[in-house]
Amino acid sequence: MRAAIAIAETNPRLRVAVVSKVYPMRSHTVSAEGGAAGVIAADDSLDEHAYDTISGGDWLCDQDAVDEFVKEAPQELLRLEHWGCPWSRTPEGRIAVRAFGGMQKKRTWFAADKTGFHMLHTLFQTSLKYTSVVRYDEWFVTKLLVDDGRVQGVVAIELMSGKIQPILAKAVILCTGGCGRVFPFTTNASIKTGDGMALAYAAGAPLKDMEFIQYHPTGLPFTGILITEAARAEGGWLLNKDGYRYLQDYNLGTPEPEPVLRSMELGPRDRLSQAFVKEVEKGRAIDGPYGAVVHLDLRHLGRQVIDAKIPFVRELCQKYQNIDPVKELIPVRPVIHYVMGGVHTDIDGATPLAGLYAAGEVACVSINGANRLGSNSLPELLVFGARAGRAAAEYASTQTDPNSSLLAQAEDERRRLERDFLHKTDGAERLATIRTEMQETMEQGAGIYRSGEGLTRAADRLRELQERFRNVAMQDSSRTFNTELTAVLELSFMLDVAESIVHCALRREESRGAHQRTDFTGRDDERFLAHSLNYRNSDGSSRVEYLPVTITRWLPGERVYGR
Amino acid sequence: MDDRITLRLARYRPEEEAEPTFEEYEVPCRKDWVVLDGLNYIKDQLDGTLSFRWSCRMGICGSCGMTVNGEPKLTCETFLTDYAPGPVRIEPLQNFPVIRDLIVEMTDFMQKLTTIKPWIVRDEERPLAEGEYRQTPDEMSEYMQYSMCINCMLCYAACPVYSLDPKFIGPAAIALAQRYNLDSRDEGSGERLDILSQHEGIWACTFVGECTEVCPKDVDPAGAIQRYKLDAALTSLKSFLLPWGAR
Ligand SMILES: Cc1cc2nc3c(=O)[nH]c(=O)nc-3n(C[C@H](O)[C@H](O)[C@H](O)COP(=O)(O)OP(=O)(O)OC[C@H]3O[C@@H](n4cnc5c(N)ncnc54)[C@H](O)[C@@H]3O)c2cc1C
Ligand code: SF4
Ligand code: FES
Repeated sequence: MRAAIAIAETNPRLRVAVVSKVYPMRSHTVSAEGGAAGVIAADDSLDEHAYDTISGGDWLCDQDAVDEFVKEAPQELLRLEHWGCPWSRTPEGRIAVRAFGGMQKKRTWFAADKTGFHMLHTLFQTSLKYTSVVRYDEWFVTKLLVDDGRVQGVVAIELMSGKIQPILAKAVILCTGGCGRVFPFTTNASIKTGDGMALAYAAGAPLKDMEFIQYHPTGLPFTGILITEAARAEGGWLLNKDGYRYLQDYNLGTPEPEPVLRSMELGPRDRLSQAFVKEVEKGRAIDGPYGAVVHLDLRHLGRQVIDAKIPFVRELCQKYQNIDPVKELIPVRPVIHYVMGGVHTDIDGATPLAGLYAAGEVACVSINGANRLGSNSLPELLVFGARAGRAAAEYASTQTDPNSSLLAQAEDERRRLERDFLHKTDGAERLATIRTEMQETMEQGAGIYRSGEGLTRAADRLRELQERFRNVAMQDSSRTFNTELTAVLELSFMLDVAESIVHCALRREESRGAHQRTDFTGRDDERFLAHSLNYRNSDGSSRVEYLPVTITRWLPGERVYGR
Repeated sequence: MDDRITLRLARYRPEEEAEPTFEEYEVPCRKDWVVLDGLNYIKDQLDGTLSFRWSCRMGICGSCGMTVNGEPKLTCETFLTDYAPGPVRIEPLQNFPVIRDLIVEMTDFMQKLTTIKPWIVRDEERPLAEGEYRQTPDEMSEYMQYSMCINCMLCYAACPVYSLDPKFIGPAAIALAQRYNLDSRDEGSGERLDILSQHEGIWACTFVGECTEVCPKDVDPAGAIQRYKLDAALTSLKSFLLPWGAR
């Protein structure tokens, strides 16, 4: 949405098509709870935000991109305020900021604990005033059209009618979000299936740093519903079965009654999730019906603080867990949350493929490095959505109309969809079974801790699943809102993305941020202070290359928390 | 062995049948399963042709509204055990054309949404360099409730006026208009009043308050409508008393 508005403002003569498989206000940004980081406090500085981001990312962030990001984030958040976003306020009516994990200052803007909801609805509603923006609501993109080395549109299914149709364009911006659904237990909505990553990869653009997958330390068991980091920022504690704040044993500082920035419960997510695994190994977690959990304790905050600052947390716990955090402990465990990697772009969202741009979670600019800090993603959508929009508008303004030869390509794609899925009569494999096996494979092989052996096994199993996917059985041959068709296409995207994650993880023989290898336990700057770039070869196999990290001011150092 | 429960689902495949039919499926009835989990179980294990919308499964994206035993509900937060021993009847939301199975068409609402100008209207936009608009927590609380709408359409499904007159702009759209009208940063309430007053339907609203009752997010659209009527009555009274147009 931010990119669409940027295009409309850069060049009102361009026509913008917003294509989305769900109504735009249902996009997964709607679930984001905690907040969006941008420096505004008098005691804060851009350099501190940059440093927190870079050290949080274990020095895998491109520092020029981070500099731009921290500089533009407050501007973008302010622009959203002018568009009507109901940011929470101080009693004097100014923007209020809260603490967040891995940040040394309070700089996270929030709209109670429905930040993403308010941001998305504000953007969507504001976009309605631009008449050059035309929406294709509930259209599902299946392919990028490339000719002459340029991306010139997409093929999409209009879900309501089942029509398969090309949408030609002088430039395409992917804003398709993450891929949490390749794992079994995730905070991500059902629509987060890595479509954009797979589409770009198939079209020849490389995926970057795909091995870095973030576990959020506090998800509700079974549903995977997120309990926002804001719960810890407001003072929540993590306790093991003895009621002990176990993070003190993992080099994350000493327990204080009040929250301390960059310490204990406000350490970075990778370290907190890893501490959970160790606690389980020591037999100090709690057994629950869905596996081991620890407890998040908010009781000491009292009803007033909980209702004022994190009411949605209380609502979610009461509704889904039948627990009232005012009086009871919340069972939590790490849960797949975010992918740091994505389609390789430069600082303007441009991919190496002409005419193709990407922004948001689907992209890797990269500002998140090996571990994203909480509340950096929402401002990233704004900053790089706007930049990609402006760059794509300028590019499109200089391009000629798309080639008509693309229509033949689109026709081929329509035939493929009909042959392989809609008209398919043979096939013996159940779609849901392949999906479940893929998810289990990923959890076992590419979870919080990984090994060469486990990853190799995962790669083999994914290969097998790709084979079995060809034999998938289709029951629904109708056109009207065929959700079996979308589910099978999403599965094919996810299988490609899963393979990319495993291949990159296997080759990175070191431990950094969210990528922890039991067989290579240290960080290896000599060999791996570099981004993985995963390309698709013309025969369908994949290769991984490395691109040095851009370091401008902060030389790689130790990540210190709680001291 | 799990308890089981029968879901009686409205099915409609426009390419095959002229009328909706019902089909029954038996699914596990687990303590932490919501109706949506039951539907996904059917889709994954029993019948891949069943179609319904869902995404966040945490009550915030607004996709999964359906009629459960006659009442409009978000199926991702409606627990199966509350209906044990069953059967549970699940139908698409009422008052909307059905596209297929449990999926309704909401293009009409999307168009209405744009007509009420749901964005900040200003005579003069404030430059970014001047920082944020000041807005105290009290000023925020004026409109905050109306900003919580997730566009789930449950209120339209429950609205007796909308069921008779589909031209009625409807509860959520009016609540959203009020959300902007009451925002201290906005100067567009005059324009919006003009737009809303063109919609006759609003005067047909009898304040039965079904919309407010079914709303999963406590938006209170009925309250918004009531408030709108008051404002509109005041404005027309004013333009009657001050015919040269002071507003
Ligand atoms: C529960 C939760 C809480 C979070 N909290 C925070 C937080 O507090 N702070 C923070 O900074 N970050 C947070 N994050 C992360 C952040 O919300 C996400 O990274 C971000 O919202 C992603 O936005 P996006 O625009 O990239 O993608 P999305 O919002 O997921 O949008 C993707 C869009 O692409 C469309 N699309 C995808 N595939 C296709 C296709 N094939 N055809 C057509 N359209 C397609 C979808 O329909 C959708 O409209 C949270 C994430 C989760 C899951
Ligand atoms: S007002 Fe309530 S019931 Fe109506 S669409 Fe909004 S959230 Fe749903
Ligand atoms: S699935 Fe999002 S509201 Fe129910």
